[in-house]
Amino acid sequence: MHEYAVSKQIVKMANDEALHAGGHRITEIRLAIGDLSTFVDESIQMYFDIFSAGTLAEGAKLVFRRIPAAFFCKTCGQNFLKPRTGFDCPNCGKQGSPTEIGKEFFIESLEVDDDGN
Amino acid sequence: MEIRVMKGIMDANGEIAAQNRANFAARNITVVNVLASPGAGKTTLITAICNHLKGKRKVYVVEGDIASTIDADRLDAMGVAVMQINTGGGCHLDANMLREAVSVLQPEEGSLILIENVGNLVCPAAFDLGDTLRLLVASVPEGHDKPYKYVSMFGYADAVVLSKIDLLPYIDFDMQSFEAGVHALVPDAPIFKLSCKTGDGLAAFLDWI
Repeated sequence: MHEYAVSKQIVKMANDEALHAGGHRITEIRLAIGDLSTFVDESIQMYFDIFSAGTLAEGAKLVFRRIPAAFFCKTCGQNFLKPRTGFDCPNCGKQGSPTEIGKEFFIESLEVDDDGN
Repeated sequence: MEIRVMKGIMDANGEIAAQNRANFAARNITVVNVLASPGAGKTTLITAICNHLKGKRKVYVVEGDIASTIDADRLDAMGVAVMQINTGGGCHLDANMLREAVSVLQPEEGSLILIENVGNLVCPAAFDLGDTLRLLVASVPEGHDKPYKYVSMFGYADAVVLSKIDLLPYIDFDMQSFEAGVHALVPDAPIFKLSCKTGDGLAAFLDWI
């Protein structure tokens, strides 16, 4: 449920960017979310719809680009995507460790409606 | 029209956390963020640390709970300087809450601040507070599979305490699996196995901290 706090922040950031660019209405917000970032897409959209009411972002569609968690095996040097369960390297069977890939959580871009402005 | 943004959603929290960290470092204050599920034994462990450091180092406790002052009252009764934050439903503490708590506590130079985060193995891992050390407390009854299920939280820890080891004879707890999971996620984090009830392993942990 910590999506409550971050959805508020997404609305604020998107509005700041849109205002800066001329005050256009936002139609789409593209987010990058790593699988280890602990955030749930549907929950963000739900809170976003509440917080964005009456702002430039009202009605905007959120598009989530999910980034799988990349692990690195120190034993054999293999990079691999985290399996659904556990951290085992598919190459040698030893356990790998997380990398920075999979922890992302940022706004990539906005689509704004510039018709009539 | 597309507007390119490429800005982190946690950056606002991260900036406050960085200020907190710099302020603590400048005044030689150590800040330990204690993370665990509800009932793992955070408050009991914090109580043990406070007792151990009594008369040696000034300790402050920041208590994060959704509601109530039960934990803060317990520490207050021991004479510990404690500040309760009730998040009113919020599932984590954030950097701004810590900044405000510290502005009230006014910790002295060289002191130790223990933060008891909201009992939760998910959300607190997303909010950097500006702490010096993240101490994850996992208890034996929770089971050995927790590192495999709460990857972000275990991956966020600098040190791990396995509490309630006096219950090991009664629970099917696979120690090797637990340790392997922790080592995979945080290879440098020490694991302290202890029981606050019997005192087993407690001295080694208290000496370390």
